[in-house]
Amino acid sequence: MKTRAYYKDGLLTIRFDGELDHHSAKPAVRAIEEGIDTHLPKNLILDFNGLSFMDSSGIAVVLKAFRRMNELEGTVSVENVPAQPQKVLDMAGLGRLIKIAAGVKEV
Amino acid sequence: MKAINHMKVEFQSKSANEGFARSTAAAFAAQLDPTLDELGDIKTAVSEAVTNAIVHAYPDTIGKITLKARLYPDHSMELTVRDWGRGIDNIDKAREPLYTTGGEERSGMGFTIMESFTDKLKVKSTPGRGTTVTMRRRFSTRAGQA
Repeated sequence: MKTRAYYKDGLLTIRFDGELDHHSAKPAVRAIEEGIDTHLPKNLILDFNGLSFMDSSGIAVVLKAFRRMNELEGTVSVENVPAQPQKVLDMAGLGRLIKIAAGVKEV
Repeated sequence: MKAINHMKVEFQSKSANEGFARSTAAAFAAQLDPTLDELGDIKTAVSEAVTNAIVHAYPDTIGKITLKARLYPDHSMELTVRDWGRGIDNIDKAREPLYTTGGEERSGMGFTIMESFTDKLKVKSTPGRGTTVTMRRRFSTRAGQA
């Protein structure tokens, strides 16, 4: 899995490409923490457009981002979520805590 | 019902093998011509079972994990993930949503996902001897199939 971070005007976007599982969760959390610590953003977008697979390890990753942004009194949203990761996020009821926008966009 | 095909693979409890295990299960399932959604369910369920074995069965060692799959003529698949690790003391507790002994890195949703992404989930475990997780999933039959 690859992550790329973009920052502009208080908004940090982290793009995920590949498969997010227990194996790739630690580097993913590190990328999120590094991005937040570097930019101290007001809003964080986790862009899942390129995420081809996610299991329950991804739930813990999203929750981690949520907790960290809560400390900064900022927001988190998950965007461009493909069907399979969406189904896993739904299982955890994460939509009650975080704005989740389903549907992949063409790149 | 007699299986029409079966396979078994053995691998070490290394996290790099999580992707190998779920892709192998999906590639074998392809013989039953499942939908993309159904393949996603199989991959997710296998990923959860194998991750459990890697994280919980062998916390400080590298051990052996097997993945078995059987295909049945009613378009169903049986998946068995087995380890020879620590075992689960309280299976009912382990199957509760959000329960985890894995700390904040884990979500506690593994068994809940396995349960809802398959039709049947059976967990057998002996502390100190290992755990066997068996899942059954029936795929839809589409136009043109027997």
